Amino acid sequence: MYRAKQCKWLMTLSALLFSSLFFSNLALAGWSDVNMTQGVTEISREVYDLHMFMFAVCVLIGIVVFGVMIVSMLLHRKSLGAQPANFHEHTGLEIFWTIVPIVILVVLAIPATSTLRAMYDAGDSDIDIEVRGFQWKWQYTYLNDNPGEEVKFISALKTPQEEIHNQANKREHYLLDVDNPLVIPINKRIRFLITSNDVIHAFWVPAFAVKKDAIPGFVHESWAVVEEPGIYRGQCAELCGKDHGFMPIVVRAVPQDEYDTWLAEKQEEARQVYETVGKQWTMAELMETGEQVYNQTCLTCHQANGQGIPPAFPSLVGQGLTVGPIENHIDIVLNGKSGTAMQAFGAQLNPAQIAAVVTYERNTWGNAMGDMVQPSKVNEMIQSGQ
Amino acid sequence: MQTAQNRKTITKLIGVVIGMFAFGFALVPLYDVFCEITGANGKTAGQYVSSSGDAVDQNREITIQFLTNNNAGMPWEFRPTVRTLKVHPGELNSTEFFARNISGKTMTAQAVPSVTPFYAAEYLHKTECFCFEQQQLARGEGLDMPLRFIIDANIPAEIKTLTLSYTLFDITGEVEETLALRP
Amino acid sequence: MSAVIEEHHDDHHHGPDKGILRWVFTTNHKDIGTLYLWFSFLMFLTGGCMAMVIRAELFQPGLQIVQPEFFNQMTTMHGLIMVFGAVMPAFVGLANWLVPMMIGAPDMALPRMNNYSFWILPFAFSMMLSSLFMEGGAPNFGWTFYAPLSTEYAPPSVTFFIFAVHLMGISSIMGSINVVVTILNLRAPGMRLMQMPLFVWTWLITAYLLIAVMPVLAGVVTMMLMDIHFGTAFFSAGGGGDPVLFQHVFWFFGHPEVYIMILPAFGVVSAIIPTFARKRLFGYDSMVYATASIAFLSFIVWAHHMFTVGIPIAGELYFMYATMLIAVPTGVKVFNWVATMWRGSMSFETPMLFAIAFVILFTIGGFSGLMLAIVPADFQYHDTYFVVAHFHYVLVPGSVFSIMAAAYYWLPKWTGNMYDESLGKTHFWLSFIGVNVTFFPQHFVGLAGMPRRIPDYALQFADYNMISSMGAFLFGFSQLLFLFIVIKCIRGGKKATSQVWEGAHGLEWTIPSPAPYHTFSTPPEDLREAHG
Repeated sequence: MYRAKQCKWLMTLSALLFSSLFFSNLALAGWSDVNMTQGVTEISREVYDLHMFMFAVCVLIGIVVFGVMIVSMLLHRKSLGAQPANFHEHTGLEIFWTIVPIVILVVLAIPATSTLRAMYDAGDSDIDIEVRGFQWKWQYTYLNDNPGEEVKFISALKTPQEEIHNQANKREHYLLDVDNPLVIPINKRIRFLITSNDVIHAFWVPAFAVKKDAIPGFVHESWAVVEEPGIYRGQCAELCGKDHGFMPIVVRAVPQDEYDTWLAEKQEEARQVYETVGKQWTMAELMETGEQVYNQTCLTCHQANGQGIPPAFPSLVGQGLTVGPIENHIDIVLNGKSGTAMQAFGAQLNPAQIAAVVTYERNTWGNAMGDMVQPSKVNEMIQSGQ
Repeated sequence: MQTAQNRKTITKLIGVVIGMFAFGFALVPLYDVFCEITGANGKTAGQYVSSSGDAVDQNREITIQFLTNNNAGMPWEFRPTVRTLKVHPGELNSTEFFARNISGKTMTAQAVPSVTPFYAAEYLHKTECFCFEQQQLARGEGLDMPLRFIIDANIPAEIKTLTLSYTLFDITGEVEETLALRP
Repeated sequence: MSAVIEEHHDDHHHGPDKGILRWVFTTNHKDIGTLYLWFSFLMFLTGGCMAMVIRAELFQPGLQIVQPEFFNQMTTMHGLIMVFGAVMPAFVGLANWLVPMMIGAPDMALPRMNNYSFWILPFAFSMMLSSLFMEGGAPNFGWTFYAPLSTEYAPPSVTFFIFAVHLMGISSIMGSINVVVTILNLRAPGMRLMQMPLFVWTWLITAYLLIAVMPVLAGVVTMMLMDIHFGTAFFSAGGGGDPVLFQHVFWFFGHPEVYIMILPAFGVVSAIIPTFARKRLFGYDSMVYATASIAFLSFIVWAHHMFTVGIPIAGELYFMYATMLIAVPTGVKVFNWVATMWRGSMSFETPMLFAIAFVILFTIGGFSGLMLAIVPADFQYHDTYFVVAHFHYVLVPGSVFSIMAAAYYWLPKWTGNMYDESLGKTHFWLSFIGVNVTFFPQHFVGLAGMPRRIPDYALQFADYNMISSMGAFLFGFSQLLFLFIVIKCIRGGKKATSQVWEGAHGLEWTIPSPAPYHTFSTPPEDLREAHG
């Protein structure tokens, strides 16, 4: 009687197990939401295969071990009148279950080692890009033998604060959208030289299986050959302070000719920015650019209303720097304030942007200094080292 | 009797505790030695005294790429005068980096080198480097800083490009402090 | 049965003092064990509240309840409190209660120090929690406190954090010295090491681990302190140091620390499963050797926590292979437990339910651990929710379930009353479901690309985060039921017999329930019961 009942139980159970396995396999194939991406590089596919292989091995071991446990729990119950056996050791068995895992581990280690070797291959690259982590944005520099043609830009979160604070609907790519994506050509070997400006960050693009820590004072490299055009999104993967969750990485992989066009545009833009430093700006122009710069660069700390988050990020409204002498104001924005989170933005912003943001801060949120500063003045201060 | 035995055990265990505390600190020089031998963190060694035995390998050419970075809060202008050099292993090369203090005050800086791929670090020998010393510049002052180096002729064949990066740290505040335990 | 005599010899042994002073000045191992257990439960609830804040914020995308700065303080404090305040003191409490009773000793070897090592803890944790109210907030750099985020960029409260860690370290070291001395010197005459219950064995090895690595933790926080206040540059590249060095030293402590939190759990489970399977533990010797090899291996695998910092390939391979090797002794343990259950005569009281859940869910955590050991795949898993799922699987249904199993298993011995079995089972099922609903979906979001330690996330992670949060609330609130069950059991219930459980073996089951204030003042002579 007991036996029959147990057999039925067992069959139902194994049916359940196998069907769930079957469905989970289906699911894993279809749902990128629950599994690792296969990615778009040879390496990322190898990593994915490795991951699935290990997963399968673990599931198999799990079925065996848990299967034995479950059978035991169903059959060897006191309530069923089971009598305890008397064995408590078995050398052969113990040796067996020491050896078998070792064999399994060796089988796992072999493909893992070869994939790792491929990842560490230091071949010649086609394009070298310096990736630099800042609190809380990325800077990309396309290294070029001619310094005048070097493209360099900051890439920061584009998602508006209203969406983050639930005052507006969250759109597609919420938190995974940036103002200036990294653009790379497909089928070219790209070398990422990864470093940091302040704390440790980590540059992670899942579709490339690239994750490397960005460490201040050190440069690490990683590489990828992307095979399909597309937009690939990642995030900083090492806790780096307040806005660690808000510094995504977006890479746009495009065909070579599109890349060339983009690069030429960027180089032209860089030249134009340099030229704008020379011209006389109007108050309106400064305010408009200043607002953009503020929202991109200053807002996360000093907040949209300029009130900041004291004491770490002081208020800019009606007190201190923004209503004091303009030279001091420019100086702090240019050179930062040591011992605080205020960085030296002279390294990140061009003179026009600095002039604009200083002018903006002095004439908004009720600050009414009425004064303004020209990019040429900022440039002068930089050159004379004031 | 038991108390004596207890005391013996306690003494031994406290010995282990003190030993492990010291070991924690010993990890610092041990790690440096380990990195110097293996180049584990891409740090380069100190000044290299070239021996006349360095043979130049004219058949190989290695690209060496220079990067410069300012650490947070460091306002200086800092750049390599050339981005890349093609060099032969074994030969003595030289290049310059330019720094200008654009801040309003005298500042002291320390450049920290880093090499990638990191195992290449042990094949980069610097006979002269601005990173061996601290650099002090008055406001507005600019300076060309020299670097002379040899790529070891034994550098593994697969290394074709070597990146040498310098990060400039503001150490004006620390210079006055004589407490520094580490040079 | 020998110890029944104790009750009639009150003229030799005074009972507990009355009032609060009993607890302040006590040197009795049972009192101190109780203090540790209550303290750890309090910390468990405190850290749990922080987990609730975290899960509430992550219930939906967007920032609703807390701001990122505070969120980081919550993740940091949650980790520190759970590791140092909940899990570790709970195991020390169990050791205090059980080790002397299991080896037939009258008390711990160093009772006065035992008192000090407990009473340091409330001060340490008050100091750490007080940092929440300081200017700049509590530590916000993660429980792993990587430099330079924890040095140059830290809030001022970091100094208090460092002192708190020092105090905890001192407490742990003192507690461990006590455990080692007790086990080595106070065993009942004639009890050989290989005759000790596994719980005692695992604690002996754990205590050695603690003695070896807590000083390293003390060293690393001292270096931080010097970097912050005395101008040294251990971890700052600008002064010739290296931020990665911090991670090496930290994880040299940190990895053995992980095993400190799981080895005693192995001991607990190895006591409970044989009892309820009514069959001797399978492979006692191999259990001891496996524990020792896990402890040894824990010292040589630390860099697997930092595969992405840029280690040369030889280093990556070495740490990968060494880490994979840990699967072997761990596997041996799991197989031994399964073999113990096989052809036993099982019943499923609450402690057994928790123990079986431990074996299954810890093994799942072990599987994800094995996956994480594989370097190329780790590049995708590292610092994502997959890691969060992994270590919560080994710590919550691992360590925490074993502690709960231990509490239910020995409560009748401690209080003299049986707990309410049906409430206990309810607590188990709520916890079991809660834990899995919380942590299983975290594997998915991790694989799909959600980094850990973020207060807000992209929309594709929303569904599983909501499920996870609901599981967390269920698990969190079920623990209040646990509190109720324990209090109810202390206040009364069916009287427990000496042996309590039909299949229980071990010296602690030879003394009456509740265990008298003083036990084994004269060592037991009959050691046949000693190892379960």
